[in-house]
Amino acid sequence: MAFLFAQFLTGLANASSLFLVASGLSLIFGVTRIVNFAHGSFYMLGAFIGVTLMQILPGHVGFWGSILLTGLAVGLIGALVEIVVLRPIYRAPELFQLVATFGVILVIQDLALMIWGAEDRLGPRAPGLRGVWRIFGEPVPKYDIVMIAITPFILFALWYLITKTRVGVLVRAATQDREMVGALGVNQAWLFTGVFGLGCALAGWGGALQLPKGGADLLMDFNIIGAVFVVVVIGGMGSLPGAFIAAVLISVLNVLGVTYLPQSTLVLMFVVMAVVLIIRPYGLLGREEVAGEHGQVGAPETPIRPYGRTGQTIIAALLLVLAALPFFADQFLLILMIDMVVFALFAASLHFILGTGGLVSFGHAAFFGGGAYAAALLVFHTETPMELAFLFAPLAAGLLALGIGWFCIRLTGVYFAMLTLAFSQLVWSLAFQWREVTRGDDGLVNIWPAPWLNGTVPYYYFTLILGVGGILFLRHVIHAPFGYALRAGRDSPRQAEAMGIDVKRIQYAAFALAGVMAGLAGGIFVFSKGSVFPTELEIASSFDALIVVFLGGVKTLAGGVVGAGFLTVVEDWLTRLEYWRLLLGLLIIVVVIVAPEGIVGSIRSAWQRFTHRKEETPR
Amino acid sequence: MTFIRRTVLAMGAAALLTPVAASAQDSIKIGEINHYKRMAAFAEPYKLGIELALEEINAEGGVLGKPLEFVFRDDQGDPAEAIKIAEELMTREGTVMITGSILSNVGLALSSHAAEKGYLYLAAEPLADSLVWASGNPNTFRLRASTWIQAAMLAEEAAKTDAVKYATIAPNYAYGQDAVAAFKENLTRLKPEVEFVAEQWPALFNIDAGAEAQAIERAKPDAIFNVTFGTDLAKFVREGGDRGLFDGRQVYGLLTGEPEYLDPLGDEVPEGWFVTGYPWYGFDEGTPEKVFVDAYMEATGETPKIGSLVGYLTAYSIAGAIEKAGATDTASLIAGFEGLEIPDTPIGTLAYREIDNQSTMGAYVGTLALEDGKGVMVDWTYKGPDGYMPTDEEIKAMRPAE
Repeated sequence: MAFLFAQFLTGLANASSLFLVASGLSLIFGVTRIVNFAHGSFYMLGAFIGVTLMQILPGHVGFWGSILLTGLAVGLIGALVEIVVLRPIYRAPELFQLVATFGVILVIQDLALMIWGAEDRLGPRAPGLRGVWRIFGEPVPKYDIVMIAITPFILFALWYLITKTRVGVLVRAATQDREMVGALGVNQAWLFTGVFGLGCALAGWGGALQLPKGGADLLMDFNIIGAVFVVVVIGGMGSLPGAFIAAVLISVLNVLGVTYLPQSTLVLMFVVMAVVLIIRPYGLLGREEVAGEHGQVGAPETPIRPYGRTGQTIIAALLLVLAALPFFADQFLLILMIDMVVFALFAASLHFILGTGGLVSFGHAAFFGGGAYAAALLVFHTETPMELAFLFAPLAAGLLALGIGWFCIRLTGVYFAMLTLAFSQLVWSLAFQWREVTRGDDGLVNIWPAPWLNGTVPYYYFTLILGVGGILFLRHVIHAPFGYALRAGRDSPRQAEAMGIDVKRIQYAAFALAGVMAGLAGGIFVFSKGSVFPTELEIASSFDALIVVFLGGVKTLAGGVVGAGFLTVVEDWLTRLEYWRLLLGLLIIVVVIVAPEGIVGSIRSAWQRFTHRKEETPR
Repeated sequence: MTFIRRTVLAMGAAALLTPVAASAQDSIKIGEINHYKRMAAFAEPYKLGIELALEEINAEGGVLGKPLEFVFRDDQGDPAEAIKIAEELMTREGTVMITGSILSNVGLALSSHAAEKGYLYLAAEPLADSLVWASGNPNTFRLRASTWIQAAMLAEEAAKTDAVKYATIAPNYAYGQDAVAAFKENLTRLKPEVEFVAEQWPALFNIDAGAEAQAIERAKPDAIFNVTFGTDLAKFVREGGDRGLFDGRQVYGLLTGEPEYLDPLGDEVPEGWFVTGYPWYGFDEGTPEKVFVDAYMEATGETPKIGSLVGYLTAYSIAGAIEKAGATDTASLIAGFEGLEIPDTPIGTLAYREIDNQSTMGAYVGTLALEDGKGVMVDWTYKGPDGYMPTDEEIKAMRPAE
């Protein structure tokens, strides 16, 4: 009993830092609707700034003063980021800010490396709080008790701020109806900046408060972001008490998991998340999204039309050039093109459900990596010939999409995104921890193509035919009645239902088709690289695809493909430079601000403006 | 529009990437692929070690009468990216072989690719033993001492005590699991009555140290085998120390004595742990070990890490192999590495075994102590791999490619 109580206290202590970071993310999302993927970076900044300040300001006052100052400093940085990066793009499509926050991550990673160097920093002890108190005979570190005690105060302070003060009233009003708050004469730009800054300050405090239990290192940003998202989603996006309950739940369960299921540590959190979302789709204390809130913003789109004769001729000409490439290009360019086509097909399959279907999946890598793993496992364990194993990639990915889609399709918007994320993390942790089958992070190696395909040139043609074929097929589906039904379900689900379209079934089928195509890309990928590792199933892999779709332009047909081409080339070129992450991050931010409709969307608008002006010129 | 832009971009890429190979090819180039950004704390000292060796080698006239040159590239820690870069280095940059990687998965991907495409890969730092054993191939050589022998050295020490009940804690990924398996197998062979009462598997760099310490304490082991490193190690040491987990228990720590992990612990180094590491501060004047440390500190202004030593030995291994091969084509280079012996390195003679392409780099083992507020290894010895490796028959059975 005493042991269980001590474990409970450990869980509570772990929960406090997690709650601080998660409450910041929840607050930001609740008010501004920004999914701040860079939130972990502000946590990392908090840890580094805190460590530095604590070295300058010693003693009791210095320690707690440093923590206070750290929050303020990180809050200011956050506010600055909001003003410079996010404010210009509030009118961009939903979730577009996600791409910008990804740019912010890259920039902060390199700046932190420049400022603080590569070595890990161990956090200083809290003065006077070294050692343990014995509770029922079990040792409990003194600092744990302090952290447990602090958290309710912060929760109360936030609750008071939001519910009892005028600022809080305005913040809540902005959550409900941004335009109305603006019409009442409130400067909502500064309201958003303030909330974003406060959310970042909370992340900074989380980073500084955990210092006596850990330290500061350059991997902190990605290490916490998964757990923080889980907490925010389980609690209900935008709910502070929900985030508190979820942080405690996750932390306590994790402590119990460490003792009773020591190898499950990765899986447990995401299983809990998936279960909660299946039972309570909007989280423990979350509320259902107001209908229409996640529809398409801005003016209605013109219907998609196939390209005219000029377009088709140009495409045919370019296909010819691609087909002739091996005759004049060197081997490495072909390899780069293979990578590009694979990535383009993967992105196009996400773009298919995201752009046409309005289904923002945060876990699309499950199908890309899933397909790659399916083929690789067959080759590895049963020595299946490559041709057969290859067919298994899209098939298995499609089945996986049918399974995951069955749970996810019931949800919409951010909750759909989060449940797909939870499932893809489940697949990832399975690949990572089921070592007898998948060999864990040792990966599956020596998965090479059949002899007739084993040169760069034959494999290039193989990739070109299947990859381009897949992309063309997806485009064909978009122009088919099925595609129009899918779009109808995205734009006005009720009208679509009234017309007799079974919206959910159409979305389910589209989700499965996207899975098949991502699996096809995974199949081409695994035989071009000869190996597959859990890396391909990670959150980062899903986000790569999301980023290129948004960069290319969600509301365009070519968005995914162009975004993939753009990012492959830019990354290949930039990674040769020393501070490539900083440059890539800045480039992403600049593209996001300059071209909020995505690359293709912006070019299209510019073209339309150009042709429009030409028509108006007097003859 | 899709293909227009894609192709335009590709053409742009082609223009940008057009080889500058037209310039005079008067150096021998080696492709070095590593995680310079993602694991900067490990990759930087390693790179400095290489650069120091290159300076020395080229001052002596280079190899085969030409200067030796390394082309350093960042792979973001992604195996697929590493393969792409390897392809580019080998087909476009004119490198004669590939080396590098710290992460085992990148090392394994490069190894498989090297065998398929027919070039040589020297795995410098990856720890996974499957590189030379279960997934071994003739094109891959490995420098870094194997996990197996390091675990065996700790097991040998553990077998001397009367501890019977052991707890293990290791990150839940391939390296951690291999290390625990090797420790168990070696210790059980030496002392069949030992019993493993708790196995903890924290997620890598995401340890819940308080809970782990509680769980181990609950099993009341006589001794602990610890494979955590980096921030996980720091948290485990702090929480475990506070809760008295290490009192009266011998702890065996893989890698804990390496400066990479020891230095960040500052004055909280757990005294008395028996560890593998790199006691660069403890070498006697005039030994080759000390000469290297002095040269490194003079060249870089920093104290060496074990990565510095590995980088230094990497460059010397490659130079030695090329000299021995007399040419830079892959077949000659493989022949050059097979059975290669390089005398007078900081750790004595370094050789590459023909049986599994593994180098004979050993490990420093010793006890942790606190001196002037910093952790150091005391009573340390350097041990070669002889007597700790599996038998030749076992190794042959493990290497399917030969």
